[in-house]
Amino acid sequence: MADRITLQVTRYRPEEDLEPARQNYEIPFRKEWAVLDGLNHIKDHIDGTLSYRWSCRMGICGSCGMIVNGEPQLSCAAFLADYAPGPVRIEPLHNFPVIRDLVIEIGDFLHKLPQVKPWLIRPEPSQEPGEHLQTPAALDEYHQFSMCINCMLCYSACPVVGLEEDFLGPAAIALAQRYNLDSRDQGAAERFDALSSPAGVWDCTFVGECTKACPKGVDPAGAIQRYKLTAALESLKAFVLPRRAR
Amino acid sequence: MSYTEFHPRWHRPHFPVFWWVHRRSYLAFVVRELTSVFVAWSVVFLLLLVRAVSQGPEPYRRFLDWSSTWWVVTLNVVTLSLVLLHAVTWFNLAPKAMAVRARGRRVPNTWITGAHYLAWALVSAIAAWVVLG
Repeated sequence: MADRITLQVTRYRPEEDLEPARQNYEIPFRKEWAVLDGLNHIKDHIDGTLSYRWSCRMGICGSCGMIVNGEPQLSCAAFLADYAPGPVRIEPLHNFPVIRDLVIEIGDFLHKLPQVKPWLIRPEPSQEPGEHLQTPAALDEYHQFSMCINCMLCYSACPVVGLEEDFLGPAAIALAQRYNLDSRDQGAAERFDALSSPAGVWDCTFVGECTKACPKGVDPAGAIQRYKLTAALESLKAFVLPRRAR
Repeated sequence: MSYTEFHPRWHRPHFPVFWWVHRRSYLAFVVRELTSVFVAWSVVFLLLLVRAVSQGPEPYRRFLDWSSTWWVVTLNVVTLSLVLLHAVTWFNLAPKAMAVRARGRRVPNTWITGAHYLAWALVSAIAAWVVLG
């Protein structure tokens, strides 16, 4: 096997480039290296101006999402050996503005996320002392949705995010469901308007790529389809029994 | 927009019109969405049949003659195959929307899909019995 591999990295330097362009870097091929290790090698030894985000190197922080050979991936979890003999094409995540090279701007997501109130809501403080106990079955209801690391791979994979500017997006809705399905939470009604709006679950056309892209096994597409059923039933209840609605 | 230290010039990639041809899964999705047109046609055809039946023997005979023209037969063969694709993919996706619990346990996805196929077979059998019986 060759001892070198080529990384084709998309570069965008706003102070000098009008459009992003591809730049080739030849790096040592180590079978234990992830794409992120390759980028770090470039940064440390070849071109210090290359910009990208990373932190934990173990698939927890969600910082190093990139498009690797056309697929949204965590670059710390995409191994060069899987792309040998190369070249490996590395681009910034799709559906986001690019600040520089592989660094995307996620302000839009950070603006949308609080709209679904992704935290435990309990209007009345509990009268009983101690923790809010939960059975394993109750934990199982929402546990997979709590694994989301906000890596934005699902937003990059989803064509609706690219087409519909206002769409809340897969991760925000999955995180809303994480709390809606939590037995300790009482805030489902407060999340209803944002989730059941046209920019909420109804914008989703169920392409299903968000679930395939998720590196943590979360199923945002499933969360959205389940909430469509909830929203439809709630709307029906409000129509049939307007006084008892919510 | 010009670049300054405090207002970086972001690159906003253009979202291509033909985004759906770039990935096989996107293409499969769009094909599935287009099958809805043929589902709508099958409903229109059924309504035309009902209207012809309700109008008496002569309009019904004219409807049958029209239905046996080559282009309507071709259209209906294509419609049948695409409606079947639509139904099968719909049933396979159903467990995503339905998280059913029984006796404290989550009902397996295969059971939910199987229940849909069973209901489909049952309704088809009843329809066949009404039409042919």
